[in-house]
Amino acid sequence: MLAKLPSRTAALTSVVLALGAASGTMASNGFSDDVVRIGVLTDMSGIYSDLSGEAAVEAVRMAVEDFGGEVHGVPIEVIYGDHRNRADTGASRAREWYDNDGVDMINDLSNSGVALAVAAVADERQRHAISNSASNIGLTNDYCSPYVTHYTYDAYSLAQGTGKTIVEDGGDTWFFLTVDFAFGIGLEQQVSDVVREAGGHVMGAARHPLDTTDFSSYALQAQASGAEIIGIASTGADAINAINALSEFGVSPSQRPAALLLWFDDIVSLGLDTAQGLLINNAFYWDADEGSREFSERFYERTGRMPNMAHAGNYSSTMHYLNAVEAAGTDDPDAVSEKMRELEINDFFATGGYIRPNGRMVHDQYLWEVKAPDESEYDYDFLRLVATISGEDAFQPLEDSTCHLLNGG
Amino acid sequence: MDIFGVPIQALMGQLMLGIVNGSFYAVLSLGLAIIFGVLKIVNFAHGAFFMLGAFTAFLLGQHLGANYWVALVAAPIAVALFGMLFEWLFLRRLYGLDPIYGLLLTFSLVLVLEGGFRVAFGSSGQPYATPEALRGTINLGFMVLPIYRGFVILAAVLTCLVTWYVIERTSVGARLRAATERAELTQAFGINVPLLVTLTYGVGVGLAAFAGVLAAPIFHVNPSMGSSLVIIIFAVVVIGGLGSIMGAIVTGLGLGVVEGFTRVFYSEFSSTIVFLVMVLVLLIRPAGLFGREES
Repeated sequence: MLAKLPSRTAALTSVVLALGAASGTMASNGFSDDVVRIGVLTDMSGIYSDLSGEAAVEAVRMAVEDFGGEVHGVPIEVIYGDHRNRADTGASRAREWYDNDGVDMINDLSNSGVALAVAAVADERQRHAISNSASNIGLTNDYCSPYVTHYTYDAYSLAQGTGKTIVEDGGDTWFFLTVDFAFGIGLEQQVSDVVREAGGHVMGAARHPLDTTDFSSYALQAQASGAEIIGIASTGADAINAINALSEFGVSPSQRPAALLLWFDDIVSLGLDTAQGLLINNAFYWDADEGSREFSERFYERTGRMPNMAHAGNYSSTMHYLNAVEAAGTDDPDAVSEKMRELEINDFFATGGYIRPNGRMVHDQYLWEVKAPDESEYDYDFLRLVATISGEDAFQPLEDSTCHLLNGG
Repeated sequence: MDIFGVPIQALMGQLMLGIVNGSFYAVLSLGLAIIFGVLKIVNFAHGAFFMLGAFTAFLLGQHLGANYWVALVAAPIAVALFGMLFEWLFLRRLYGLDPIYGLLLTFSLVLVLEGGFRVAFGSSGQPYATPEALRGTINLGFMVLPIYRGFVILAAVLTCLVTWYVIERTSVGARLRAATERAELTQAFGINVPLLVTLTYGVGVGLAAFAGVLAAPIFHVNPSMGSSLVIIIFAVVVIGGLGSIMGAIVTGLGLGVVEGFTRVFYSEFSSTIVFLVMVLVLLIRPAGLFGREES
């Protein structure tokens, strides 16, 4: 046994080295490994599996099929993996994909913690990563990279959309129900800044642990604060339970809840009875126009669900990446990065969209109001457009970004 | 009037909400205590049965058009039958072994059930409407209480009292207690102990499912709704004294109130306070507040 071990180790080492060499090989046609490989790194089994998960993989597959399945005669492949909402799992999977499996681009990246960790790996390995589901603006600030793109939305655009519009509409006193970790606190701060800048007041906040089921006591605190607007700085199950409690305790209509990050799936889950009147900031709605309807109906046929903004973003960003590969005539990350920033994005998801040097995809954002049950005329007829926020207003001004790429660094 | 800077009205409101939450804790920990008392099994799947109760109510409504009241009776019975099947097929093979085996088996059931429901229904959950007759709110002067929450307190307290009475004051309960103390001797009197054990597990599981149906209109029906509760429920049972029926009921309600007050004074600490109480109780009374020291 002992005698065998070194030879086995040597064999393994040579295989690993061979694989490593293969992954770095650029074929004469300009395509590494003669394949363009896209990895969807997502939450397949946890709390975010509804907003990204399997449906995100399907959106990427649809984009590849619609693109024709190959680029310059080189096949495009889609693989996927579960990051289990753990940054270390996400980062090691990304490293394995880039180093051993010849993955050229990783998409989706739900969960801000995972997205930041993978962005660091992408920068180090000089391969592409695109986040559609995470909100943390660190991706286009301290963690920015020529290879990292933040596509669908971010915490800044959420604050600009919901916060600003509501204050301008007269809702100038706020109380927050905030999930007690970096995502919630960051979102609360972003929105508080917007509220104060617009002349509003923040009356206070109640912080709750992640995955809280009972929000009744927070609903009472919100009621007692007397604030006009209850800002819900959480998402998914926490936001759903918070809205349920606010509605149960009769907080509205004298006080209005404002969900700062609510996904289309959350509205489906809440039901219109409870969700009606909520203002939500989403970059995409399936029923917005002819293009979004066409995509969404095809998506529905394949997945049995209507796409949310991350699903649509996964499709659009994959298509944009492939267009850039085609235009560059190679999957060389630097050449593709240059083309991604050069080409404009015009599809059902974005009109005149473009990627800034810090990786921020700039496109219009929309503020929607959830319809009342009797206003909803057909299945999933849930939202009414309240305001369009231009990309330039919605996203952090480039001069405020701390991205090192902007200083020529 | 203020107490430590908090208006007394706000305190009364939180007290009321604490009792509502405590009612859930009481029904759940009661089931857990019964199961541990008789089977000596640490039923980690208790939260999953709670979730299963809520989902069964939801499915009965979706597919058979059953209303809330039908579901309140039918769902616990259906889940109890499932629990008994589980006990009969798997759990009974572990009696007499180290409790860790029972814990592992029931924990694996949690993973299978939660994973299965997540695949089938997604992670964001399904809405379950409050029954028509219990909608609206009552103004208690110090707070506006949703009528449904008031109903939960009544239903839970009544269920706890009936269960306690059956176990402590009837002949069925006497047999059950006998089987707990001296299984072989009880069997010698012609009582079918294995059947009694299966039924007991069914009752414990049914209580969890009953709490699940009660919770469905409040907490939203989702696959992980039980997993956040089950740890607290274990703490309640340990504080009350393992296997003590009255201990589980009183401690459940009491801890709900303690947790409610904590939310007023230091909200961030509310998820930890129960465990702090557990540590203190174990230091002072290792057998729990109502438990008996084994000689």
